[in-house]
Amino acid sequence: MNGLNVKFGYRDVFLGDLMSADMLYDARVITNGCRATIDARGLKHKELNDLLRETVLRGSTELVIDNVFGQRYIGTRLCLPQLDKKITIEINKFPGSDLGAFLNGHRIIVHGNAQDAVGNTMDAGKIVVHGRAGDVTAMSMRGGQIFIRDNAGYRTAIHMKEYRDKAPVLVVGGTAQDFLGEYMAGGMVLLLGLNLKDGEPHRAHYIGTGMHGGVIYLRGCLMENQLGKEVGVRPLDERDWEIVGHYVREYCNHFGGEANEILSGSFQKLIPVSLRPYGQIYAY
Amino acid sequence: MYSYLLPEFIIERREDRCIRCRVCERQCANKVHLYDAELDRFFSSEKDCVGCQRCVALCPTDALYVRPRLADYRPNSSWTRDKLQNLKKQAATGGVILTGSGNDKPYRIYWDHLVLNASQVTNPSIDPLREPMELQTFLGRKPDTLKIDYNSDGKPRVASELYPNVPVRIPLLLSAMSLGAISYPAFKALAIAAKKAGVLFNTGEGGLPEQMREEYANNAVVQCASGRFGVDADYLNSARIIEIKIGQGAKPGIGGHLPGEKVSDFIAETRMIPRGTDALSPAPQHDIYSIEDLSMLIYALKEATNYTKPVAVKIAAVHNVAAIASGIVRAGADIVTIDGIRGGTGAAPLATRDNVGIPLELALAAVDKRLRDEGIRHKCSIMAAGGIRSSADAIKAIALGADAVYIATAALVAMGCTLCHKCYTGRCNWGICTQDPYLTKRLNPELAGQRLLNLLRAWSHEIQEMLGGLGVNAIESLRANREHLRGVGLEEWELNVLGVKGAGE
Repeated sequence: MNGLNVKFGYRDVFLGDLMSADMLYDARVITNGCRATIDARGLKHKELNDLLRETVLRGSTELVIDNVFGQRYIGTRLCLPQLDKKITIEINKFPGSDLGAFLNGHRIIVHGNAQDAVGNTMDAGKIVVHGRAGDVTAMSMRGGQIFIRDNAGYRTAIHMKEYRDKAPVLVVGGTAQDFLGEYMAGGMVLLLGLNLKDGEPHRAHYIGTGMHGGVIYLRGCLMENQLGKEVGVRPLDERDWEIVGHYVREYCNHFGGEANEILSGSFQKLIPVSLRPYGQIYAY
Repeated sequence: MYSYLLPEFIIERREDRCIRCRVCERQCANKVHLYDAELDRFFSSEKDCVGCQRCVALCPTDALYVRPRLADYRPNSSWTRDKLQNLKKQAATGGVILTGSGNDKPYRIYWDHLVLNASQVTNPSIDPLREPMELQTFLGRKPDTLKIDYNSDGKPRVASELYPNVPVRIPLLLSAMSLGAISYPAFKALAIAAKKAGVLFNTGEGGLPEQMREEYANNAVVQCASGRFGVDADYLNSARIIEIKIGQGAKPGIGGHLPGEKVSDFIAETRMIPRGTDALSPAPQHDIYSIEDLSMLIYALKEATNYTKPVAVKIAAVHNVAAIASGIVRAGADIVTIDGIRGGTGAAPLATRDNVGIPLELALAAVDKRLRDEGIRHKCSIMAAGGIRSSADAIKAIALGADAVYIATAALVAMGCTLCHKCYTGRCNWGICTQDPYLTKRLNPELAGQRLLNLLRAWSHEIQEMLGGLGVNAIESLRANREHLRGVGLEEWELNVLGVKGAGE
């Protein structure tokens, strides 16, 4: 058909030759009361998530997953309306992309780095990463909290939003790459810049392009050309310090460090200059 | 700045018929008709008229005529009236010209150049009044082969792994129109009609109000678009199909933008955003930069719904659409939706709407052919959308390779829309494309739903008649059966892309 007589093979990347959750449960899960330890070595993402769901349905509420190596969507399939208690998941090693995508209230702790799209469209819950996170962290996040010990990648906190009583929080200990907070419509991002040298600016350019809601708090310095044109810089007021102080202390509780020392750095607040950044470009 | 625009419509009032009931004055959200009680006379402000015909339709004595003013400028085939008007508008505002509804340019409509076959002497036609005629179809991925095993007691059972499929009673679905773009009564009318007709409606990217979930979720296709408005685990789980919107026929390659003044409390709640802020859907989904990224989102949605729902991917018909569709199927999508250049919209830049994309007919045929050549056509259903105006268009789309078609503009017209192309102003006199409570009350969801249902019923009868005439008794037998089509007045390359023979062959 393409003139070269090349055959197009079809490969179902994720769904071929899966082991059943029952079989895996017997082989991979050790339970101790409500705590379950799961060995994820070599499992495909669907197998691991089948297994997590099965383990939760059998009554475990604290999951420890060992030997995680790139399996995606951990926590995503645990949206179970019949569940009255939220689950705690501890991940040892490195979860794959979309960790906690659409997460609705569970708590995930990662002892290692996370990949792309941590907390994609997350609704509620908490993700704590003892390491760094990849690109599109907290994409479209709408509620809950994410704490990243080190840096975050490109397009962090894109299109973060809030509604009703839900206001998402993202705390990053290091810095983030370009397009931080692009199209941000709500919520709060706190960037602590702890691994930057004195006077070294944050990495991100085009911060808050198209931003029309929410707030970004930055510790450390920034060149003016790093900001998107929809963003205004303001000093912190009393209420801001309260919020920043609260989350810095929580950050230190998770990862260690001296809260007062961090808070003694210079902070600035970035907010949108308009609720309607693109209201004027049309002819009606 | 003064715009120098000429009025687009001329309003004539036959004074001998007018009874001064002032219906026209009350009905016009653009304040075109004004009554002066002292003079007992109406004055009409023609420049504000959008030609929606509401006043004409509701005038009890047929005293009003609203007609396009076509010949005010010196006639010129190159510098047409709309070109001149747009230039003047831009000179006055410096803005991007907005428009609503679908493309109104006279591009070739291939449906009108395709004719259907009919049975004659050698094979009998079927009488749909006497014979069963199957219009039901199933949307979703099908297995490569169907393996049958026998139990110990000799009973057969399907051994192949089956994927989630959604049955629709007729292959006509109501296309994506978000709450916010259209009013709540209009949105609800779509849901009511879909439920009664046993088909599906598409929520667009405006979310699904909680009060509708219990009753109508079973007939909902929910969208997960770049803005991720209203998307949470419950929303995803309360739908039959989840659709990832990559592109839209009216505005391929660009995003959506619901202005902040339309984001009322109710809209804000359903879209899950703060009140009064712009609902910006960026052009790309920022987590999708490749087919592999698309795959990641497809499987994220499957994970979030425990692999119980088909995932669709909607793209605009553009160049290389066949290769793109192939990638989408390989990424794990169960349904591919193709939206053509004549697809409608609530608001889009005029330049994009009229000049970007390709006709649905060519895209649809190309996609179907490519997927067949690659041996993966059964791994997805194809939905055709964008400019389906009649049951004939729908049945031709199915013969060109669609599993089912989406209708939207046709549905709006059924509710009263007169295609005045001013949806973006939010002052729809018919109560369809507005959030103004005074205007939305003009649309009764039950009655509008009944009109839609009537439309679907009429079309399904017509489809049955035509199927019977073809000598086919199930819509699934017609799918991609191009032998039943012939082209009239088409060039050879067009026939080739469509995969259709010329009439007489």
